[in-house]
Amino acid sequence: MLKINNISKSYNKVQALNNISFKVDKAELFGLIGPDGAGKTTLLRILTTLLLPDSGTATLNNHDVVKDYKKLRNIIGYMPGRFSLYQDLSVEENLKFFATVFGTTIEENYDLIKDIYSQIEPFKKRLAGKLSGGMKQKLALSCALIHKPKILVLDEPTTGVDAVSRKEFWEMLKNLKKNNITIIVSTPYMDEASLCDRVALMQNGEILSIDTPENIIAGFEKEILEIRSDNLYKLTQDLRKFENTDSVFPFGQSLHYTDKNKDFDLNSILQYLENKGHKNIIINHTKANIEDCFMRLMSSKENE
Amino acid sequence: MNKEHEIIRVENLVKKFGNFIANDNLNFSVYQGEIFGFLGANGAGKTTAMRILCGLSKPTSGIINVAGFDVYKETEKIKKNIGYMSQKFSLYENLTITENIRFYAGIYGMSKKQIKEKTEKVLKRLDFYDSKDKLISSLPLGWKQKLAFSIAIFHEPKIVFLDEPTGGVDPITRRQFWDMIYETANDGITVFVTTHYMDEAEYCDRVTIMVDGRIDALDTPENLKKKYKAENMDEVFVKLARGKQVHSK
Repeated sequence: MLKINNISKSYNKVQALNNISFKVDKAELFGLIGPDGAGKTTLLRILTTLLLPDSGTATLNNHDVVKDYKKLRNIIGYMPGRFSLYQDLSVEENLKFFATVFGTTIEENYDLIKDIYSQIEPFKKRLAGKLSGGMKQKLALSCALIHKPKILVLDEPTTGVDAVSRKEFWEMLKNLKKNNITIIVSTPYMDEASLCDRVALMQNGEILSIDTPENIIAGFEKEILEIRSDNLYKLTQDLRKFENTDSVFPFGQSLHYTDKNKDFDLNSILQYLENKGHKNIIINHTKANIEDCFMRLMSSKENE
Repeated sequence: MNKEHEIIRVENLVKKFGNFIANDNLNFSVYQGEIFGFLGANGAGKTTAMRILCGLSKPTSGIINVAGFDVYKETEKIKKNIGYMSQKFSLYENLTITENIRFYAGIYGMSKKQIKEKTEKVLKRLDFYDSKDKLISSLPLGWKQKLAFSIAIFHEPKIVFLDEPTGGVDPITRRQFWDMIYETANDGITVFVTTHYMDEAEYCDRVTIMVDGRIDALDTPENLKKKYKAENMDEVFVKLARGKQVHSK
């Protein structure tokens, strides 16, 4: 469905994308995961024919993003990171506008947007600018879908959105997959990786890893200990000074610890912490999550 | 954290905009040196409450005391005793690191000598010494965030308000930022923080969750998880916020 070959793009001295290549299958829910400045938006803008790459090629459904941009715009639905509907038009007027631009009507493709649009339909006379954040998001998604695109591109749809609305949004995306729509979505929230079929972890214009979330996690080669005590701040400080420490990162109310050695003695860590005066120390084995993987990949990249 | 010393005290805070009740009878206290997490769904009324606590907006009714001062009459004193940093932090892009520090410290009325000494200290702490004459516009986001935080506490306020300070940064930088928060709280400065990252909620000493203008939960993350029979704060949040939405429909 989507093929990207050696795409690079820079803005003056800043290399936004450095030789990116990957493929996305039809009806796949594909995630671009990374912090601000990773190059996610640049890549999505190139794919949506809004920006020209410096080098490399990309095709969607065998249409080239540079040469066939007119054809592509008909089959792409794009929801940019910033809310970009007409604030002074009503909900219904916005949707009608986007339908008309693409030569269709709301009625014709109502089935596709029904689940999403019906939630805001009671407010269809309200100006888009007066909607709450969650409602704006639903309207923007409806507008991006109204021409029945083959591929849906979403740039950070859940940024700044609360945990409940985020969950609802991902449920909507999952439902859309049933209509055979290929979805590419970017997000800075690492925990959303597990909701994608496959993900590319991005940092500084490069892909650190690309695979299913399960495989990325399975590729974490170190054993992780989850450690807690009464004083998390002091625990972090002390463990960083421990001679066998490979990495220490806070995760909620505990720490994730990896050891320099492959065969390490749990008791030596316990002993060390007890000597430092920690109380109620709990040490458990735990599995890596995507954030563990991302941080490890980041660190190894920096050490190259 | 010093539980003897209440640094923020809110009694029956109500804020109305016309008929709309943005804050519906809030009651809570925040202690000196506490990391206090202020959570809630979009539109729950967090920003409204935070603006009142910062002396930027007057409540409709209620008794509210911040850093020992009254939010009706002593807003200027409140402003001098607090620090504030938002996600859209306001560093001057076309000034250098040291110029930004000097500018903000000057506004807070610190003396040249104080500014000079403290600047040295902060630059060393952040490892920014070699970049001190670089323009803000040339810095990576993570650096800007750490600098914005350091500037917000530069004048040694009693409380620092952080409004979604870690949005969009990578997971390592996010944790470095929380290291700075811990250090600050350890120095006795109270940290009042909002976030959409639920794992960060677990770094807080206590957490409130606002739903529809009210505070529906206020406790340590540990106790909240127990009370709502949840594995993590994400579940607690969803249970509270989603339960309420169904209720109100």
